[in-house]
Amino acid sequence: MKSFKTMWRNVRRSPYQALAAVLIMMLTFLVVSFFTFLLTGSSKIINFFESKPQVTAFFKNEAKQSEMDTLSGRIKESGKASSIKFVSKKEALEIYRQQNKDDPLLLDLVTADILPASLEISAVRIEDLSGISDLLKSSPIVEEVIFQKDIVSTLVSWTNAARRIGIALIVVLSLVSIFIMITIIGIKISHRKEDIEIMKLIGASDWYIRWPFIFEGIFYGIIGALIGWGIASLSLWYSAPFLSSFLKGIPLFPVSIVFLLVVLGGELIFAIILGFLSSFLAVLRYLK
Amino acid sequence: MIKLDKVSKQFGTGSLGLSDVTLAVDKKEFVFLVGPTGSGKTTIFKLLIREILPTEGNVIVNDWDLMRLPKDKIPHLRKKIGVVFQDLKLLFDRTVFENVMLPLEVSGINFDEAKKKVEEILSQVGLIDHKDKFPIQLSGGELQRAAIARALVLSPDILLADEPTGNLDPATSWEIVKLLSDINERGTTVIMASHNTDIVKNMGKRVVTLERGKLIRDDRQTEKKEEDKKDK
Repeated sequence: MKSFKTMWRNVRRSPYQALAAVLIMMLTFLVVSFFTFLLTGSSKIINFFESKPQVTAFFKNEAKQSEMDTLSGRIKESGKASSIKFVSKKEALEIYRQQNKDDPLLLDLVTADILPASLEISAVRIEDLSGISDLLKSSPIVEEVIFQKDIVSTLVSWTNAARRIGIALIVVLSLVSIFIMITIIGIKISHRKEDIEIMKLIGASDWYIRWPFIFEGIFYGIIGALIGWGIASLSLWYSAPFLSSFLKGIPLFPVSIVFLLVVLGGELIFAIILGFLSSFLAVLRYLK
Repeated sequence: MIKLDKVSKQFGTGSLGLSDVTLAVDKKEFVFLVGPTGSGKTTIFKLLIREILPTEGNVIVNDWDLMRLPKDKIPHLRKKIGVVFQDLKLLFDRTVFENVMLPLEVSGINFDEAKKKVEEILSQVGLIDHKDKFPIQLSGGELQRAAIARALVLSPDILLADEPTGNLDPATSWEIVKLLSDINERGTTVIMASHNTDIVKNMGKRVVTLERGKLIRDDRQTEKKEEDKKDK
């Protein structure tokens, strides 16, 4: 308790140093929060695309129902498809009508005859898409095969790049935070050198003197993490309407409060470790 | 209680702080350490609280061999020895009450008990009315009293006072010495370094004289030698 009081006095007595420490911690955790949101969002988007019918095969007009069923059966047997959905000409027209219900001109021009029947197939794994596509293309009753492998691959490579950049940025910022915190706490220790000497002479143990500085480091870490997380969460909340209209159909929003709290919990643990580590290094360096 | 056995101390600069000093102080004794500046008085105090180690010889305090005392036991030793430093070493950003409270805080004594003890000591040294003042608001004598109160608050076995009357007028100096004498009568061993010949002579206590790091006179030893001569 006494150590907390001493820590709080140290914080109050050098507000600018405290502010600098909180700001650098905040910057680190702002970046941590943004990248956590970005990577979690990307991974959800990829999951969404992966779970959607990713291969669509359009049948030729002359294809018979029995031939189409045989092809569907062959794909099922391959074990590469997680779901197979047959869309008949009538159902295709229904979908077309639904999508274009606000444009009567387009509705008038189209009948079930011009729309092809199709198979919508989801792959178990993204790598299976090529196999399914090849199988479909080799069939004489298939007119055209469309699949989103390229989109997902691009998304995966972007996410991987973002992950690498995020990790590198977080490592660099964490190191910068540690060095700045060591300097700030070192300055504080130097300012209180005389007090520390007096306390030692009247019987204070090394840890009695060290704890307030260590608590101070942890305090800056926690405050920085709370502010960084708060700003990132508010930004996410503020940009949610724009993002949800941009990512139409992908169930990313609303962001669950549990997810945000889990991120906060993780960041607080990281903040405590970062604060402890930097103040402990400062104490070892300046309180010999 | 305190024993310096053939103690020498050479500083890093090469200067000799103490040279072959042997000194023993019994429990409840009052001893004056006298000698000019640089004679080694403060060095003895620093040795007794293990602020420094001797280059040669042994220092024993309360059965602790300070040469072999582990680093983590030093705080325990320092809690048993109250020190009134020559430059007082009061914390100027804390009140008198907080300064005197410091050794109790460091020892982990609970606040209510500590508060009671601090008020008791401040009454004893006559500073209870100044407890909320900062050191800068106190006179020289009051500052000395505050430093004495802080040194006494843990009821130490030994009190070391390094020239506590150094910058004080004669009347205040006598008040401080009287206070130290009262503390000694209550059972605390007191070693006081002083330049004040008037006080040293009139107190009639044991006097140890140092010069350039050497012990050149010890009243008790002189008395013993005279007693030995008479016996022969």
